Amino acid sequence: MPKVPGLLKGLGVTAGILGKTLKNGADTVQYPHEKEAPPVRARGVIALHEDNCTACMLCSRSCPDWCIYIEGHKQLAPPRRAGGKPRQVNHIDRFDIDYALCMYCGICVEVCPFDALFWSPEYEYSEPKIADLLHDKQKLGEWMETVPEAPELEVGAGK
Amino acid sequence: MLAQLAAEFPDWYPEWNIPYWLMSILRVVGGLVAVLLPAGGIVYIFLFKMMSFMQSRLGPMEAGPYGSMQLLAEVGKWMQKEDLAPDNADVRIYKMAPLIVLLSTFLLVVVVPFGPQAYFTNFETGIFYALAVASVSVLGILIAGWSSANKYSLLGGLRAGGQLIAYELPMVLATLGVVIQAGSMNLNRIIEVQNTGEIFGIGWIGNPFVITQFIGFLIFMIAVQAELTQSPFDMPIAESELVSGYMTEYSGFRFLIFFIAEFATAGVFGFIASVLFLGGWGVPFTWFGWEGISDVAWWMNFVGPLIMFTKMFALVGVIMWVRFSYPRFREDQLQTFAWKVLIPLALANTAATAILKVVF
Repeated sequence: MPKVPGLLKGLGVTAGILGKTLKNGADTVQYPHEKEAPPVRARGVIALHEDNCTACMLCSRSCPDWCIYIEGHKQLAPPRRAGGKPRQVNHIDRFDIDYALCMYCGICVEVCPFDALFWSPEYEYSEPKIADLLHDKQKLGEWMETVPEAPELEVGAGK
Repeated sequence: MLAQLAAEFPDWYPEWNIPYWLMSILRVVGGLVAVLLPAGGIVYIFLFKMMSFMQSRLGPMEAGPYGSMQLLAEVGKWMQKEDLAPDNADVRIYKMAPLIVLLSTFLLVVVVPFGPQAYFTNFETGIFYALAVASVSVLGILIAGWSSANKYSLLGGLRAGGQLIAYELPMVLATLGVVIQAGSMNLNRIIEVQNTGEIFGIGWIGNPFVITQFIGFLIFMIAVQAELTQSPFDMPIAESELVSGYMTEYSGFRFLIFFIAEFATAGVFGFIASVLFLGGWGVPFTWFGWEGISDVAWWMNFVGPLIMFTKMFALVGVIMWVRFSYPRFREDQLQTFAWKVLIPLALANTAATAILKVVF
């Protein structure tokens, strides 16, 4: 078969996709009307599991955008065993993430030693006012409900 | 045209003469329709929908059914924007430039015949006039590039000037073959020759010059592509390096006028190409037993424009298809292609047509 000139081949490609779109519909999704399910590990929003947080500040210090604000204080908690000494724990007063600054690098999630931060695939939280993109710890806690179950570890993987 | 209608249907048009003012209004409305309707149709069908489908997406879908009102929304948006001019711009001619470009389009449509009597004017040298006023737009573009006081605009304007002048030559030379074969520069006469002619004794499709002047047709369409600065000849407006060239500084309705002019000119060149090569508004006259243009039935004045629009959309469809498929030429390739390939080819085509015309 003789070689088809590249110019004609190019026209064929565009016409072919035109026909395919007419026949099967477009590859794109008409967003507000229909939605694509993001992959399970998509980086949509960061959720906070407040009970695990010790206000160690590692996430705040490792954040390249400095968009995590943490304030906390030490307080006494009841002893683990009866008769023991009351424990001293860090309690967070404020845990805010400014999503107007966040660049979704995920370093805070990686660096958290106590599994307090999780990725959620939820992505629809745009706001008319930029100040509303500052999510406080209550709102970050609500995102926990959207965090998917962690996938099973591979066989032989150390816990 | 209405005078002839009155002659055929005395009951409908009893002794009815159109006064001059009404004729003028009809001409203005007709001119607006002949310029704006193709522009809107081309933008919606090809720019919004065909290009999107070729990229496996749907294009605008929200404004009106299937996004058909999108263009009105865009026009509304542009009309609201501020009419900006740079500090150092030569403001008076800076503001004039888009109007000159659009003027060239309106001047072009004046000679296009849409039916045996449905035309604005019927110059004996219609095609000569069309090619002459087509180059008025170069002035507008050079003015826009120069008066913007912006280096990108200047580069774009100069590139456009060089390109449009280079590609005007093959266009004129390609038209020459048609003129030689038809023996007339009158556009209606060219249509008549195509629809009454025959090829080697086969007359049922007439003699559309796209067959006998195929090389001329190809050269003409390539030159039109370049005149419209559509890709692959979009070096002057190269958006990735010159940020739209001579249009960089324009905003609001002046940009809108450039935008309308671009696609309206595409439509008008589609009309002219269909007149020159595809038999214009006509169907082969033998189908209805017409001898010449004076026998053509009155209803061709109404069917003719539809045929013209169909042919124009087909031709512009090809122009847009090429535009959406090919990457841009480099500046030197673009000039080399015009001067070293198209012009010699067009000259050879003209010479061959002339020789064959004399021999047969």
